[in-house]
Amino acid sequence: MSLPPRAHQLHVLACHACGMVLEDALDSTGHGRCPRCTAVLHRRRPNSIARAWALLIAGLLFYIPANVLPVMFTSRLGSGSDNTILQGVIEFWHGGSYGVALVIFIASVVVPCSKFVILGLLLITVQRRSAWARRERARLYRLVELVGYWSMLDVLVVAIVAALVKFQSLSDIEPRSGILFFGMVVILTMLSAMQFDPRLIWDSEDT
Amino acid sequence: MSGDGLKTFPEWVVCEHCDSVYQRVALANGQVARCERCLALLYRASSLDTERWLALTIAAAIMFMIANLCPVVRISLQGLHNEATLWQSAAALAHGPAAPIAVPAALSIIVVPFLQIALLGWILVFARRKRRAPGFATAMRMLVVLRPWSMVEVCMLGLLVAIIKLSSFMEVAPGPGIWAMAVLMILITIIANRDIHWLWEMVEVEPPQPESQA
Repeated sequence: MSLPPRAHQLHVLACHACGMVLEDALDSTGHGRCPRCTAVLHRRRPNSIARAWALLIAGLLFYIPANVLPVMFTSRLGSGSDNTILQGVIEFWHGGSYGVALVIFIASVVVPCSKFVILGLLLITVQRRSAWARRERARLYRLVELVGYWSMLDVLVVAIVAALVKFQSLSDIEPRSGILFFGMVVILTMLSAMQFDPRLIWDSEDT
Repeated sequence: MSGDGLKTFPEWVVCEHCDSVYQRVALANGQVARCERCLALLYRASSLDTERWLALTIAAAIMFMIANLCPVVRISLQGLHNEATLWQSAAALAHGPAAPIAVPAALSIIVVPFLQIALLGWILVFARRKRRAPGFATAMRMLVVLRPWSMVEVCMLGLLVAIIKLSSFMEVAPGPGIWAMAVLMILITIIANRDIHWLWEMVEVEPPQPESQA
């Protein structure tokens, strides 16, 4: 079975914004714009690998304070306590809500950690122009795009409970700085995944 | 414009994930076209005409208003009551050391869904008359950029988790906003998570002739 030709072999490129297929005249005109939607044209996302690495490493660094620092302060009848993300998971588990504990654990630990591993793996293999398991790597990238934003769950849970529980001395819940770092991890890893250009996985095919 | 004069290939489609080039073929209802090289989705048959699409967008706009104006959760503890709307939830983050995170939170659950509904409504009102809305290209590009940041479904799950979390030590009741949020989650998936590329082709007609032609 022969695979379909790729854009550069036919000297065309597709607009990243609207999908229009155009004659590739970037060499003669420099910065071309899409005649249909006026977006700037490029064959690959510019500086894809360097930007994706920078955002991924920044996300990885923020993931440390996100887990060490408390995300939420809860007070009940005068006695207050700070809670980290993992303590929240453990609290649900001990309370018998195994399903909820699992959901939060997946959204706040499994998803971010697998994003670090998968994006790191994709970046390294692309830099080495590896031919290994291209289809599976392409699928992993689509998985990261699909599940990445579910990690915002914890940020939104803290927002909702902090808005509700405002009974002064009786009971009070406040957000703590850990949630800022955690939110930054989610945003940075999403941006990293957007910067990574999955076409690069296939660019080593011709050599 | 430097892009003028470029040869275009409207009958071709290029896979966004691996740059494979295909001829566009018409699909029967429910069919999808997949890339042979990387197995990504190329495009799917659109089962929604612009009339229905616009109707669902208007429904989403109404649900969005209810979800934002009504409280989503109510709690009571020893005779004290409190309730919160979506906006109050995002604003609650703005107090204290994590304040900056209130901005992306408000964007992802309120501002981005609002923009998606508004831009789609604007585009579709004109598209059903086969016209391009003013600012059509900008609106279409914005929809592509906004899509990954719309988190209505994550917010819905967050509400459920918050209800379970609080119900262990106080009385919690869902507010009217949460039902609107649930419907909005489904509607926004239908209207915004679809292939919008074909809107370009559908409204790609000659500029409308002046109606008072002699």
